[in-house]
Amino acid sequence: MPFTFSIYDFTGFTQWIDATLRGACSPFWAVLWEMVIVGVLFLAFYAVVGLYLVYAERKVCAFIQNRVGPNRVGPYGFFQTIADLIKLLMKEIISIREADKLLFNLAPFIVIVTSFLALAAIPFAKGLHPIDLNIGVFYVMAISSMGVVGILLAGWSSNSKYSLLGAMRSGAQIISYELSVGMALVTMCVLAGSLQLSVIVEQQRDLWFIFKGHFPAVTAFIIYMIAATAETNRGPFDLAEAESELAAGFHTEYSGIKFAFFFLAEYMNMFIVASLAATVFLGGWMPFHIPGLESFNHVMDFIPPVLWYIGKTAFIILLMMWFKWTFPRLRIDQLLNLEWKFLLPISLVNILIMAFIVLMGWYIGL
Amino acid sequence: MTEEIIIKEAPEQEISINMGPQHPSTHGVLRLVLSLKGEMVQKVEPHCGYIHRGIEKMTESMTYQQIIHLTNRLDYLSAHMNNAAVCLAVEKALDIEVPERVKVIRTIIEELARIASHQLWWCSFGMDLGGLTCFFYGLRDREKILDIFEETTGSRLIQSYNCPGGLMADLHPDFQRKVKEFIVYFRKLLPEYDELLSGNIIMMERSKGIGVMTKEQAISYGMTGPSGRGSGFSCDVRKHHPYHAYDKVKFNEVLRTEGDTYARYMVRIDEMRESMNIIEQLIDNIPAGDFAVKMKPIIKLPEGEYYQRVEAARGEFGIYIISKGEKYPYRMKFRSPNFSNLSALDALTRGHKIADLVAIGGSLDYVIPDIDR
Repeated sequence: MPFTFSIYDFTGFTQWIDATLRGACSPFWAVLWEMVIVGVLFLAFYAVVGLYLVYAERKVCAFIQNRVGPNRVGPYGFFQTIADLIKLLMKEIISIREADKLLFNLAPFIVIVTSFLALAAIPFAKGLHPIDLNIGVFYVMAISSMGVVGILLAGWSSNSKYSLLGAMRSGAQIISYELSVGMALVTMCVLAGSLQLSVIVEQQRDLWFIFKGHFPAVTAFIIYMIAATAETNRGPFDLAEAESELAAGFHTEYSGIKFAFFFLAEYMNMFIVASLAATVFLGGWMPFHIPGLESFNHVMDFIPPVLWYIGKTAFIILLMMWFKWTFPRLRIDQLLNLEWKFLLPISLVNILIMAFIVLMGWYIGL
Repeated sequence: MTEEIIIKEAPEQEISINMGPQHPSTHGVLRLVLSLKGEMVQKVEPHCGYIHRGIEKMTESMTYQQIIHLTNRLDYLSAHMNNAAVCLAVEKALDIEVPERVKVIRTIIEELARIASHQLWWCSFGMDLGGLTCFFYGLRDREKILDIFEETTGSRLIQSYNCPGGLMADLHPDFQRKVKEFIVYFRKLLPEYDELLSGNIIMMERSKGIGVMTKEQAISYGMTGPSGRGSGFSCDVRKHHPYHAYDKVKFNEVLRTEGDTYARYMVRIDEMRESMNIIEQLIDNIPAGDFAVKMKPIIKLPEGEYYQRVEAARGEFGIYIISKGEKYPYRMKFRSPNFSNLSALDALTRGHKIADLVAIGGSLDYVIPDIDR
């Protein structure tokens, strides 16, 4: 197979790698090598995205709060988070005598592995899609809800009252808000008629779903944004950490790199929910197209899909940071009221409306 | 064989948690022992004394000029008011009438200190609720006041600007201009506080109907200052027992009757407006004259007992002196507003959640050195 590479379509490139590997060794080893390549790339990607999301958050919150933010290490403090990571790596890992050793050590890994696994199903660009599962949306939902197990274990095994309170809050919160995230995504899957992320993206070639599905899609997007913020334990729903109430919540007793695992996983989860929102609502890597305006669409096509994807994800991440640094925190009972009394009924009705619209063909389209 | 499965309901267990002395929202080294049932607070037991310095005992071997500097270290955010209490007590005991100029300047600085203190309270209250951005907005504006203090009084936080008989130094020539600039600036930015926090739906949900204290309760606990006035207890010393130039200015005593956290919050926000009104009335009318009357280097109070109260930023600050005619007081007692306000914490928080405890604590605005002395 000839070598081809295009920034607009990675399909040829990835197929070339596949063909070359299969030509060089047996299919089993070829798949294994591909896994290793993807794994290494993801590890690097994970570290870079995690670190630079921390940097971005610090800069964004500094902007909101009238501050400068990190500006000492490197130009504009660009290497600040790397310096922070080195510091965290060198710190002593404190182990607690009364803690449940096995679970205490296991918890950060559960949290970080789940956030890592969810990346696999995200379509980054055309052809740049590690596994195109036919239940992609379901897979990401299922994997990201596993993270709460790690948080619960962390709070339980630390044998500290503050940690336990944080973990219990987190458990109640994530289990409730998962429903709304799921319902909002199901609403869009009704419109798409598929759970496969590549199909969902492909269907938004002409118009993104948030425009195509008009009223119910916008409602689903708002519900998704609220619920996803809550599911990633970020402010104003950061009850599990609640530093002014519970010191640091479920990770009070962790130090050094184990704490960094929780910290990175939080940012990675934010990246995943933002990617999913970008993919399902805003067309993933699809450029912005307006049906009928051919010349405009051609200009939009010149922007590489990877940039579209990154731009949309960054926009949603920015929205989430904006929430966090503007709103005060909710109380646990208000949080659960919001979910069970408002978001869930609204999203249930929303699915019905969406199903009706799809049935009648009332969505905006060609 | 059938096995009988017995499901025992686990007894609801009360757990006790140490909140503090090192905790982000106790605003210092205050230790609260909480009894919790799940998230519900059953009992709060404040343990004071972690920064007890024995200031009352120390005053027994200090001259009155020296005591002024010690009172800074009580409620450091209303240091100027605490200074003024000592000065007023000494002046009253010696029958000294200070010049009008001194009275007016003291009033202006006191109101500036009150605004600065309420700004810092707003910062930390926002932080307690989880809105970290408030912290930087409040401190940004407080900086302007501290700059004014630095120019005129020589220091930013604890000024020691008062001395028996008047002031340490005259006003800086820029003082009037800068204060006027600040008033214009802050009138524009105070609505920003409302936009960011007061009008926020989450903040209202978190604070309305939380930690309700009736007027009778407030009086029985001795809650004064904005915390007492939030419950409708008219306790403004500036109104009821005017000192300095407070009898010459028009201002409203901010009162609210709801008695909840939101009422205490709004009282402080409105008090900042009232303080600006007071400053505006006085800033153009500072009479000329001396900034102090000549005092003897060693002040001896005639034998007797003296009490002077002032309205500090957190409530009524009282100072009780017993003198035996020496240059040192025989005994000195401070009535610190935070101590009485803290005593109401248990009654306020029972049956609420931990998150509410933090919000209520924030609305009481305690400064720990003032509690422990």
